[in-house]
Amino acid sequence: MSNGSGRTDIVFWSGNEIVAEAAIAAGCRFYAGYPITPSSEIAHVMAERLPEVGGTFIQMEDEIASMGAIIGASLTGKKTMTATSGPGFSLKMENIGYAYMAEVPCVVVNVMRGGPSTGLPTALAQADVMQTRWGTHGDHPTIALTPAYHREIYFSTIKAFNYAEKYRIPVMLLLDEVIGHMSEGMKVPDPSEYEIFNRIKPSVPPEKYFPYDSSFGDVPPMASYFEGFRFHVTGLNHTKTGFPTTDPDICQREEERMIRKVMKDAEALADLEEYQLDDAEIAVFSFGSTARGARVAVDEARKQGIKAGLLRAITLWPFPDRQVHELASRVKAFVVPEVNLGQMILEVERTAHRDMPIVGVNRVGGVPIPPYEILSKIKEVARNGR
Amino acid sequence: MSQRYEARFAAVGGQGVILAGEVLGLAAQKYQGRYSIQSPTYTAQVRGGPTKIDVIIDDDPIIYPKTTAINFYLSLAQGSYDAFLYDLRDDAIVVIDPALVTKWNPKYKTFQVPIIEMAKLKIGKVIMTSVLALGIMVELTQAVPKEFVEKALLGRVPKGTEELNLKALRLGYDVAQDLLTKNG
Repeated sequence: MSNGSGRTDIVFWSGNEIVAEAAIAAGCRFYAGYPITPSSEIAHVMAERLPEVGGTFIQMEDEIASMGAIIGASLTGKKTMTATSGPGFSLKMENIGYAYMAEVPCVVVNVMRGGPSTGLPTALAQADVMQTRWGTHGDHPTIALTPAYHREIYFSTIKAFNYAEKYRIPVMLLLDEVIGHMSEGMKVPDPSEYEIFNRIKPSVPPEKYFPYDSSFGDVPPMASYFEGFRFHVTGLNHTKTGFPTTDPDICQREEERMIRKVMKDAEALADLEEYQLDDAEIAVFSFGSTARGARVAVDEARKQGIKAGLLRAITLWPFPDRQVHELASRVKAFVVPEVNLGQMILEVERTAHRDMPIVGVNRVGGVPIPPYEILSKIKEVARNGR
Repeated sequence: MSQRYEARFAAVGGQGVILAGEVLGLAAQKYQGRYSIQSPTYTAQVRGGPTKIDVIIDDDPIIYPKTTAINFYLSLAQGSYDAFLYDLRDDAIVVIDPALVTKWNPKYKTFQVPIIEMAKLKIGKVIMTSVLALGIMVELTQAVPKEFVEKALLGRVPKGTEELNLKALRLGYDVAQDLLTKNG
């Protein structure tokens, strides 16, 4: 019960505002963007806060240019971010691919709204999850985080920067409209509660430096522009010098390295909430705001004597293959609620790799899936086995 | 879930109800020490589209962040009233401005208050409508003690407007007391 004393150390930020504040705490000093609902509050806060910490905010002419700007700024050594929603995310895809290919760290926030196209500008969706994985062409690894609670948004934002710096890739921070817009009181995490990772700089003199030199490991050390190191950047397949090549062996080796550098750490990247799964017979797999309703549904199902549990992905990509596969061997069925018409359920089916009921709960009208809808699906599966 | 309280303030964009919800949420969490979540909803239009803010208050951490059983609903426009009349409990308290909401569902206990006119005539500023509405809500429902609402309001509004805001809030208390007296 309330004590009436209040908690003056509590801030009341929206999810979007948290992303902006956490980005600054993570060391972000350059933001380029083009405002779009429901992500605009991130730009608002960055425009106000970045100059206060010696950083730069620029509103570009569109999303394509914004993505180009954060890649360019990152090459000068800055930690950079942009934020957008579906239509803007689509526009950014070409340059996101460029960042994968040129191995440029940066953070891209997508606050998901209804689609396709301009869709439902102010309403909830979770329908960009496959686009996040495969939206840009060509093979590439993907790291995408889907926090659902406010302090978690803060920590996920910091992790997004850390992963970008550690693996030299664009990292996707995937909110949805509910998470981005709602304000939930929280205590701002103290810097002692998280670690900051900065990109590895060259340990060799400029004349011995190559920007894609894998002799130092799968993530080559990264020089900053204007520090005297020769650093050619291209979207073409390239040798360790950064200059283009069509040599099949080099292209094969380098593309494999670019995927391996992330996927060999898949276990460490996995971040899951396991709730009531120990004796669960029906597992709910969910992420983002939908997972909060799923947790309430699991509690209700338990009250009604159904052994349900929740596996919530905080790291959505790389997908937790092993964890879902192992869970599939212990439970009788999966229920997969998501605010789209069935995307992550495909991954659950792929990784479960079993003949078992795997059923979706789906909405795309811009409104969240209420707990009772998830509950009734859990009950249906418990009763009918499908 | 028994201590969960849900309130919804609806209007058209520009009327300022988002502020009312923000202050209520702040009051509950920052000043009273409970938990709260507030979520605004608006349309693509800058002004004139139906808009609302939902505030959830609970003694325990809030897991599901959206409304399921609304205790209090206030609407300042017909379009918004119609658009957001869902998730209400049968015993929900509803407040409308009869100048702008002329058709309402009699199923709910509905108080008619000319809030916008009162803001104009008694406070001298239409922009105080949402704070006046918040005052009515707080007194009618006792959802959050008034002292915390006042602290939250003063911490949230622009400098120099504190007195006027407080006046509007307290006028809301008086209006609500009148309603309660008249309606037993």
